[in-house]
Amino acid sequence: MADVITYREAVAEGIAREMRRDPAVVCLGEDIGEAGGVFKTTVGLLKEFGPERVWDTPISEQAIVGAAMGAAMTGMRPVAEIMFSDFLACCWDYLANEIPKVRYMTGGQVTVPLVVRTANGGGLGFGAQHSQATENWALTVPGLKIAAPTTPADVIGMMAAAIRSDDPVVFFEHKGLLASKGAPPPPDHVVELGRAAVVREGADVTLVALASMVPVALEAAARLAEEGIDAEVVDLRSLIPLDTAAVLASLAKTSRLVTVEENPYQGGWGATVVSVVADEGFDLLDAPVRRIAGECVPLPFADVLEEQVIPTTQKVVAAVRGLAAY
Amino acid sequence: MDATELLTLYERMALVRRTEKAAHDLFMSGLVKGTTHLAAGHEAIAVGASAALRDDDYVFATYRGHHHALARGATPEECLAELMSRATGLCRAKGGSMHLTKASRNMLGSYAIVGAHLPMAVGAAWSARLRGTGQLAVAFFGDGATNIGAFHEALNLAAVWKLPVLFVCENNLYMEYTPIADVTAVARPAADRAPAYGIPGEVVDGNDVVAVRETVGALAERARAGGGPAIVEAETYRHFGHSRADPAAYRPAEEVERWLKHDPLDLARGRLAELGVEEETVTAADERARDAVQKAVEAAKNAPPPDPREALTDVWADGGAAWRT
Ligand SMILES: Cc1ncc(C[n+]2csc(CCOP(=O)(O)OP(=O)(O)O)c2C)c(N)n1
Repeated sequence: MADVITYREAVAEGIAREMRRDPAVVCLGEDIGEAGGVFKTTVGLLKEFGPERVWDTPISEQAIVGAAMGAAMTGMRPVAEIMFSDFLACCWDYLANEIPKVRYMTGGQVTVPLVVRTANGGGLGFGAQHSQATENWALTVPGLKIAAPTTPADVIGMMAAAIRSDDPVVFFEHKGLLASKGAPPPPDHVVELGRAAVVREGADVTLVALASMVPVALEAAARLAEEGIDAEVVDLRSLIPLDTAAVLASLAKTSRLVTVEENPYQGGWGATVVSVVADEGFDLLDAPVRRIAGECVPLPFADVLEEQVIPTTQKVVAAVRGLAAY
Repeated sequence: MDATELLTLYERMALVRRTEKAAHDLFMSGLVKGTTHLAAGHEAIAVGASAALRDDDYVFATYRGHHHALARGATPEECLAELMSRATGLCRAKGGSMHLTKASRNMLGSYAIVGAHLPMAVGAAWSARLRGTGQLAVAFFGDGATNIGAFHEALNLAAVWKLPVLFVCENNLYMEYTPIADVTAVARPAADRAPAYGIPGEVVDGNDVVAVRETVGALAERARAGGGPAIVEAETYRHFGHSRADPAAYRPAEEVERWLKHDPLDLARGRLAELGVEEETVTAADERARDAVQKAVEAAKNAPPPDPREALTDVWADGGAAWRT
């Protein structure tokens, strides 16, 4: 295997590793076979595993996720692709009403071990209906696990954890990260869901970020370092389970908190993080908490407008400067 | 169908009818909270179709699903205990009337979002094919579900993938309170759509257990042999209103009368007589059903309520509900 791998290759590699070890893993989705996916995230799967394991579907988001659910209830481990995360709304019934509730409402009789993968987020100029960061939608639903990896190694490790999970996982692949590169992880690399990573150690302020916002937070930290502010960056990696312990532990070191999220401020995951901190970590704080988040507008098209709406390094730097002086 | 099999099916239908009557009475006396959607009148569909299936075939039903749970082997006691919020309920009192599920018999649930379970049945059939088990999946649904997007997505996917799945529509002429004919572009809401997906669409007398058994049996055989999915539109009528205490005053008196005269149990009784089965033999079957349901009601009434701590279990496969570390 090459010594660097792109995020998009890591998606296919992560799925392939699981398909090799478990014949119950099957894939379905629009254009995922011969075409290799519109984002080229399933390249090579059809060739290696054949049409009995990799299924092209019609444009039928309800049927894709509904059928994945039925297959998961009966012994398979389906990996369903919903092309853009905006389209999750077309099958929202399955994500909000069916998949997450069936185990509970049957008194534990039925388990739904499936993965719904989807391309999330903005930054590529796709306009309002192909650019949203929607991980906060899933966050409102009890019963879904939520993965959102940042690096190719995490894509592979978290894909393994997601596919092996007996619980349903919504797996957000960030469009803005697809071309990013990293070292491929060793065989059998598994990143347990619910384990955040401290991706930069620091003493003055904690930046909690997810997916595309992790590089933004890291860049902000690098600039802040030049000003003598030492930021710690925590990559949450998954929203459910949420690694609140890692956030509180980091805060115990830094006593200042900024969350950096792409989804809109209103109802965003940062609100949950800061509310846990307010409840349980108030004594750890030496300053107010700050949330940097997407604006509460549909994603606009032009770069200059998109930049107004999505958090940027500059916005993070400005917020942290203010806090450091508090 | 021979007399012995028909008598068995008759007794099963009687058991469903008695259980539904008991559910109604328990609701009226305040022992069942929330709501119920009774299937009295629809017995021949659940019982006839089940008789045509293998024990390991998958069944998916709707909120009007008591009859399917019972036909697939749930006991009246488990069902009534569930309705009465008892710990011994089929879903440990976490599902209620609309979600009766008996997974150990591959009755994989009752779903209260109209049409949602059709794609699930497609997925179960897909899985059966992938595993090479020869199992079938069956989705039972109401006429109202035929105007839902998921219905059409499910039919198309099942047809292009040629999956062993049967879509059985229980057409009782009404959605909740609106006649299906008033809001549907075709006369047979399910069967008329079948040609659009290139699959068979059979109309059957849903009150005739023998006809249902034969129609479903033939299409099941076809599907198992690789012939792909099919639709069955079973015409029937509900004896009670849509739910709870709905008196169904919107239904014309002569229509109600006509359908009550075409009762599935009476029809089966007539056929049993034709086959030479003694009146007393049929009555004895009825009495067994009555006694079983009476005992079930008593047992359910005496069962304990669930442990309140159960509210925070069964979200995840580890049995718990933790969302954070
Ligand atoms: C998606 C959705 N829309 C609306 C409802 C409310 N609702 C519950 S039952 C029902 C009527 C369904 O009629 P039909 O499919 O004919 O089934 P029946 O009740 O006659 O068995 C409606 C509209 C629902 N449960 N789900």
